[in-house]
Amino acid sequence: MALLDVNHLDVRFALRRGDVQALRDVSFSLERGERLGIVGESGAGKSVAAFSLLNLIAKPGYIAGGSIHFDGRDLTAMSDRALRHIRGHRMSIIFQDPMMTLNPVLSIGEQMVECLKAHRRISTREARAISLRKLEQVQIPSPAARLDQYPHELSGGMRQRVIIAIALLLDPDIIIADEPTTALDVTIQAEIMALLLELCETHHVGLILITHDLGVVSQVSQRMLVMYAGRVIEQGPTREIINDPQHPYTQGLINALPQMATPGSRLNQIPGSMPSLDNLPSGCAFHPRCGFVERADGTTRRACIDLVPGYVTSGNGRVACHMVAEMLERERIPAEEIR
Amino acid sequence: MSAIAHAKAQAPHPAPAAETASPLLQVRGLEKHFSLSGDFLEQLRFKGGRIVREQRYVHAINGVDLEIQRGEALCVVGESGCGKSTVARTVMGLLHPSAGEIHYAGQRIDDLSHKALMPYRRRMQMIFQNPYASLNPRMTIQQTLEEPIRLHHPDWSAQRVKQQVAEVMASVGIAADWGGRYGHEFSGGQRQRIAIARALAVDPEFIVADEPISALDVSIQAQVLNLLMEAQQQRNLTYLFITHDLAVVEHFGTRVAVMYLGRVCEVAPTATLFARPRHPYTQALMSAIPRLEDDRPQHIRLQGEVPTPVNLPSGCVFHGRCPHANERCRREVPALIVTAEGGQVACHAVEEGRID
Repeated sequence: MALLDVNHLDVRFALRRGDVQALRDVSFSLERGERLGIVGESGAGKSVAAFSLLNLIAKPGYIAGGSIHFDGRDLTAMSDRALRHIRGHRMSIIFQDPMMTLNPVLSIGEQMVECLKAHRRISTREARAISLRKLEQVQIPSPAARLDQYPHELSGGMRQRVIIAIALLLDPDIIIADEPTTALDVTIQAEIMALLLELCETHHVGLILITHDLGVVSQVSQRMLVMYAGRVIEQGPTREIINDPQHPYTQGLINALPQMATPGSRLNQIPGSMPSLDNLPSGCAFHPRCGFVERADGTTRRACIDLVPGYVTSGNGRVACHMVAEMLERERIPAEEIR
Repeated sequence: MSAIAHAKAQAPHPAPAAETASPLLQVRGLEKHFSLSGDFLEQLRFKGGRIVREQRYVHAINGVDLEIQRGEALCVVGESGCGKSTVARTVMGLLHPSAGEIHYAGQRIDDLSHKALMPYRRRMQMIFQNPYASLNPRMTIQQTLEEPIRLHHPDWSAQRVKQQVAEVMASVGIAADWGGRYGHEFSGGQRQRIAIARALAVDPEFIVADEPISALDVSIQAQVLNLLMEAQQQRNLTYLFITHDLAVVEHFGTRVAVMYLGRVCEVAPTATLFARPRHPYTQALMSAIPRLEDDRPQHIRLQGEVPTPVNLPSGCVFHGRCPHANERCRREVPALIVTAEGGQVACHAVEEGRID
């Protein structure tokens, strides 16, 4: 069994005008030491997916169905007390904005010691020693001096290094990183990603990387999920998806990148924008923007408009698309007829 | 007339020609400093038994020279704090330069009065980064688009203003019924479309776009970039495009200027720059872009981080992080030199042939 196993996760936000379904039928798993990328545009539900893993969804949000098995135990059925033992200890999270994550009135050392003492019975002296070691691991210049500095004295890149050090403090099994480099410049981003990758590899820590940047995902992750309007529409090995995307939305996303077009030519844009979660179109949520609702022969694929697509296996991945399902079906039938 | 032509033919070097051949925008030795010290009383310090006046500055731009030809898109790239947005705002006259000159179509514009600047304001328009902040929430889209036209053409009839708005809305793909709605009713991509329509409403010839797609999602970025490129073709626009995204630059730019800590370190035609970046900073910046291919060469890791623009390093501003820096780099500020490929680069190591 995988270290983390998410099955049919369903997350809703109870609003006055009714429930809004932020995640529907989200399933994925993560092996020990594996790196998984979750991509999607804003509002696709990727951050909700990450937060729900630690049951960090704030009210009015709640987990309405499904299960999250971590190391064999279901987190959705766990008490707050038991969950607290896992949060920050077995699974830790890195947020997008390092300034929001660090407490501005505590020195770096105090924050690290506080975190260690919350989970372990150790002396302050020991906790400081561990903190120093972690700061060394994230290659911060003059780590001993940083312990007594405050967050505002550090640059953005250094703050994010401190946060990675805090995430690693208790030697977790999984690090969830929610857009960890979006607030940083490209050269700093490259350094932080290289560091995160190196640390995950040497310490055999699993990584769930949430990002909107397909380039980052393809550099870092082994497997990836593509989310659209609260659903995982495609998942599989990263290289397979990048080289041969199956879902029309994934294809559109990759083809829309300027690097995929000849300089100066028109970019391949996806028309329209992502629907809001409380007003999803019928059938496949992507169908109003999809170029494959009409078949090549001019007939309309009614299922796209009427039916929410289920998952089909394609290669080593899974895709939720009627068009892909139809194509796979067509490939299968002639093969049998020949036999 | 013929005498001038004659004089030109005689000249040993091609003389600066008439307005058509000269650059549309020329920036010379531009500097912009922001005071950090507050007003006069706050600047007074008690030191060694005496009261002294102390002033500290953020050196946002320190001697930038740029030329933009008609019809081209000059992209300015760099990381946050390199002064690229300050260049955009100073060119637009939103900030006053601390030193240096800005010439537009042969006329110096940085020292003009507000009134004298008005005709230039119509010819130069700006698109901002965040469409959530750049649209007035209390104005309808119709009002937003009418405002610049009424300002620059006070003699136009209401009928003519409305017609102009309808035309510009159609040209950027805004449905006519958006006019009565407010900014908050639209998504980021739609708002940026409205902001572009507002810039185009007065038929400008030069557009400064400050990170116009950075706040947008990937699929929407392509839509907005396409729109900007269409507008350029249809209206023969000239762009000064500020961005940190090199993939966009490669696609969009005619020429690229790379900035670091308030200085231009390299300018080159886009294809040239991407084929052979010369400045060590450009090389590091380009190697840091996450690419989809997995056979990418390892990125060049820079030491340390960007120094603060309050206390500028001596010599080359990049020397503290540069793997090729030597004594001269620490001492002497490099000037832009012309490279064999037709670009310009400000680097002692390139000049001396220490790196290729």
